[in-house]
Amino acid sequence: MTATSATESTLAIQPPREGLTGALSDLLWRRPGLLLALMLTPPVLWLGIIYLGSLFALLAQSFFSIDEFSGLIDYQPTLKTYGELFQPSNLDIILRTVLMAAIVTIAAAIVGFPIAYYAARYAQGRWKALFYVGVLLPLWSSYLVKIYAWKLILAKEGILTWVFGKLYLGWLLDAWLSLPVIGGNSLSVSYTGTFLVFLYVWLPFMILPTKAALERVPVSLLEASSDLGATPAQTFRTVLFPLALPGIVAGSIFTFSLTLGDYIIPQIVGSSRLFIGQAVYAHQGTAGNIPLAAAFTVVPIVIMGLYLWMARRMGAFDAL
Amino acid sequence: MTTAVLFAKVSRHFGAVKAVDGVDLAIREGEFFAMLGPSGSGKTTCLRLIAGFEQPTAGHIEIFGETAEGVPPYRRNVNTVFQDYALFPHMNVLDNVAYGLMIRGIGKAERHSAAEDALTLVQLPSYGARRPNQLSGGQRQRVALARALINKPKVLLLDEPLGALDLKLRESMQEELKALQKRLGITFVFVTHDQSEALSMADRVAVFDHGRIMQLGSPQDIYQRPASRFVADFVGSSNVLPPDFANKTSGRYGWASLRPEAIRIVGAGGYEARVTASGYLGGLTRLGLDLYGQKLVALVPSNGAVPKEGDSIRVAWTPADLHLMEDEF
Amino acid sequence: MRSDRQNRAPLALKIAAGAGLLFLHLPILLIFVYAFTTEDKSYQWPPPGFTLKWFAVTWNRPDVWDALWLSLRVATISTAIALVLGTLCAAAVSQTRFFGRETISLLVILPIALPGIITGIALRSAFNIAEIPFSVWTIILGHATFCVVVVYNNAVARFRRLSGSLLEASADLGANGFQTLRYIILPNMGTALLAGGMLAFALSFDEVIVTTFTAGQQATLPIWMLEELVRPRQRPVTNVVAMVVVLVTLLPILGAYYLTRDGDQVAGQGK
Repeated sequence: MTATSATESTLAIQPPREGLTGALSDLLWRRPGLLLALMLTPPVLWLGIIYLGSLFALLAQSFFSIDEFSGLIDYQPTLKTYGELFQPSNLDIILRTVLMAAIVTIAAAIVGFPIAYYAARYAQGRWKALFYVGVLLPLWSSYLVKIYAWKLILAKEGILTWVFGKLYLGWLLDAWLSLPVIGGNSLSVSYTGTFLVFLYVWLPFMILPTKAALERVPVSLLEASSDLGATPAQTFRTVLFPLALPGIVAGSIFTFSLTLGDYIIPQIVGSSRLFIGQAVYAHQGTAGNIPLAAAFTVVPIVIMGLYLWMARRMGAFDAL
Repeated sequence: MTTAVLFAKVSRHFGAVKAVDGVDLAIREGEFFAMLGPSGSGKTTCLRLIAGFEQPTAGHIEIFGETAEGVPPYRRNVNTVFQDYALFPHMNVLDNVAYGLMIRGIGKAERHSAAEDALTLVQLPSYGARRPNQLSGGQRQRVALARALINKPKVLLLDEPLGALDLKLRESMQEELKALQKRLGITFVFVTHDQSEALSMADRVAVFDHGRIMQLGSPQDIYQRPASRFVADFVGSSNVLPPDFANKTSGRYGWASLRPEAIRIVGAGGYEARVTASGYLGGLTRLGLDLYGQKLVALVPSNGAVPKEGDSIRVAWTPADLHLMEDEF
Repeated sequence: MRSDRQNRAPLALKIAAGAGLLFLHLPILLIFVYAFTTEDKSYQWPPPGFTLKWFAVTWNRPDVWDALWLSLRVATISTAIALVLGTLCAAAVSQTRFFGRETISLLVILPIALPGIITGIALRSAFNIAEIPFSVWTIILGHATFCVVVVYNNAVARFRRLSGSLLEASADLGANGFQTLRYIILPNMGTALLAGGMLAFALSFDEVIVTTFTAGQQATLPIWMLEELVRPRQRPVTNVVAMVVVLVTLLPILGAYYLTRDGDQVAGQGK
């Protein structure tokens, strides 16, 4: 190492550097609390005031009620608005939404599992990346475009009717549509249609956590199980599925919550009967009944709170 | 002789944990100083106090006579070789080594040629274009060394630098570090939990436990005359003997240490002992002995008749080898 | 040692996985076909013929251009705000220990964890109470709030890889805080922030649920599409716009994946 005289410094401790940055740097080093405050203040102010503030203002309004004659909001704290939630028509809406969310979640778990399992266990190298992108792209594709695509598919003159026709299965589709509740004039105005679109739009949210959980199951465990004499079906039931369950529960948090709060899908594809999201939208908009709309938003919050509490006990948060 | 680093009653507490607790220490200029101790003994915190990553909760630190408290690490002309090497992953080896010079505003051509020289010094010439993740553990360690040395630090701090290397590489690096330190004349402060490393490389060793220095001295002092049972236990596989035993064999009362190689087999005289175990180690044989009901370990030459398990033999040692320690009893 | 049998997927699994992937992708591909159809009154399949004329028609529609322009503006400004807030928050949470860290990360995730309609209606009623008139800025306010989490997730993942001893090493070698920021932190964070920014852009560009509540008379592209979906005016134009939207969102997502593919999880899970 030849002596580069410029770098030779004989002082053990350098004097503070001149200029503003030198002084500021020393100050922030001496007071790490100040640095932390500088970093935290902008995001905490933004989220705390704009977001939490709005949220609490909304919740507060659910304790007001609307005057039936004038249509104006009565600012007396009351539980009357919550009482309205239990009217049969509103209870119907809640029940319908929760039921749909549950069915969509179960279906997503069933349809998503093979994809997740294949991607986690068998796909290698280039295929693994392709599978990942293959799930990621639909996840991030435009939400409205996805719904629009299904409007095209489910239309009476659309591709699905055409496929059934070509396969000489048109009678099957007609029979399905003539069923009560799940049927309708065409798929695009039936609960079946609503269900298909929900399933399609939220499916990637189920696949990714399931895949992450499956990737953490060591292959040696499956080999040990088959070594001990288990059939593939037994291995699936007793080893693989229990270990993948936290991932599935984590995915179900998304599918369940997103279905509960959505108001656009049932508005575009489905019958005229309302879901929670549509009820909220209607009450705050044309009806101008903000208190009831606020009370309605509490329903998914409470349901999701319970759901998250159960999910936490099943260890789903480790799989997120 | 100048004092490179001075600690006066230095403490560093983290809440209720006393990581460093009232340490007094004077490291001399140009010496190879080792801080030895089990994990959590405060040796690494002491190193970080010198580097400036930690500030003392009490006491005073000087580096070459200048007060160090309240001075940020980037203003101390002290450099560190980190345990995980901490090479910058987004720079190649040459830019890693030249980093300190770049920060000081040295021009590109000049700092790159200095970095080449530093790499030659650690025997990695022409490795400059590689990325840190293309190097082996030993090579990374050399790059970290070059990166620290290029700044010509007044004190070089090494935090368990050999810990991640395999045994063979570790031994050759020990010699190399020692030779490098001799050649450059820079003060090295070296933290390790491996007593053989400390004893073989350092000019002086400080043995740490519970945030305090238990003993400070030359490797010979530490090994042959441990000050306490803790030091005797930690530093070597010395036999630590209770006061009664010392009293019976030497007439002096107190905890004592007796190194295994100080025990000799004799034809007559000495004490009678029963062999409870015998293990062949090549040039030496390791014997487990039972003497007055006290278990002892002895290392004896393997030539001639080596006693077997169950044999009765006579052993002796020079009285001076039975070293009495300062422990309370 | 793995046997061949265990490395090959059972046929049933292959079929199920392949069918699932087709289910995810065919509907989007369908959009591309419909953009060229000659049929303009219904969603007839198979299309009676193909034409390029709707691209020209769409090109000359000022309402589409206005909506696109507004969406781009909103997404750009929201992304910029989210980049600043998300990075600061990630730095504070991952580089220091302080009381309430968990609460902060919960606060960041909340706007995306709760259904969008709740965020939307909460903001709308807050704007009403505070008598803030709806404008581009009310839209941006909402978008920036839920875009923070995307940047935050990406930045936290990268900060976690940036081990503390690297920053100490930089200081040890003489760099002050600003030099460490410039030479060590930013070069290591660069791609993660770029990826986070791209995802935030895609999220904002596509958002409709919150936007319907925070927009006044202004129509972003998704709002424009929603109106076309509810009350179709000229279906072929909607087809073309849908295709363009798919292509525009595709690029940032692939880019973000490419930038973070080794090491970090692509932060898609938190959408």
